[in-house]
Amino acid sequence: MIISVMVTGSPVSQQSAQTALSFCQAALSAGHQIYRVFFYEDAVQLGSALNVAPQDERNLNAAWSEFVKQYELDAVICVASALKRGILNDSEASRYQKPAANLAEGFDISGLGQWVDACLNSDRVVSFGA
Amino acid sequence: MKTLTFLSRQAPFGTSNAKACLDMVLASAVFEQRVNYIFMDEGVWQLVRGHEPAGIHAKNTMAALQALELYGVENVFALEESLTERNLSLAHLQIPVRLCTRAELSSLIKTSDVVTAL
Repeated sequence: MIISVMVTGSPVSQQSAQTALSFCQAALSAGHQIYRVFFYEDAVQLGSALNVAPQDERNLNAAWSEFVKQYELDAVICVASALKRGILNDSEASRYQKPAANLAEGFDISGLGQWVDACLNSDRVVSFGA
Repeated sequence: MKTLTFLSRQAPFGTSNAKACLDMVLASAVFEQRVNYIFMDEGVWQLVRGHEPAGIHAKNTMAALQALELYGVENVFALEESLTERNLSLAHLQIPVRLCTRAELSSLIKTSDVVTAL
């Protein structure tokens, strides 16, 4: 089955981003295909390469980044949500004349159209965090 | 074409959920999909006319509800029991909506390809 996943919950104050990661890993293990993961609202914080997790806690941003790189998944961060929360790639940082970019490896920044496209091309769309 | 159903369940101000849901509805409409936009629970407050969010330095995102028709979003529903619980009626609302019951809501969800609740 072709599955897309939307994550909306904050990775630092909600469980949903971890649940979504576990779900994606289970889906791949079961032989399903992941068409796209779309990060919306507070979940775009997962795209920051600058977060620091306490030593005895899991760095969920790093875990997601590693996961999407390992399986070469299409991991899209919503641009409108990202800009508001200070998640910028090089081109957005230069467009808005910000001092740095912080988008972690493995993620792309794009628009809500990518989510609609995922709905059209997937057998199931599963949301985490709402 | 797919049927995308959105359940907007949060009040218009206080969280960004209402705006996030509206943006998804409009994006889906741009892709010319069948859209059901359903207001329920605290979400019915988004429909009420006369919000003045400038007083709390918030943007009146709900003004965009007027544009739904332009975007071709015609299936706009309010869960009747959510209105009733809040002593609201159609006369309080800024756009025309269809009232739906719990049973009708179930069948709308059942006949959808994708359901998103925000």
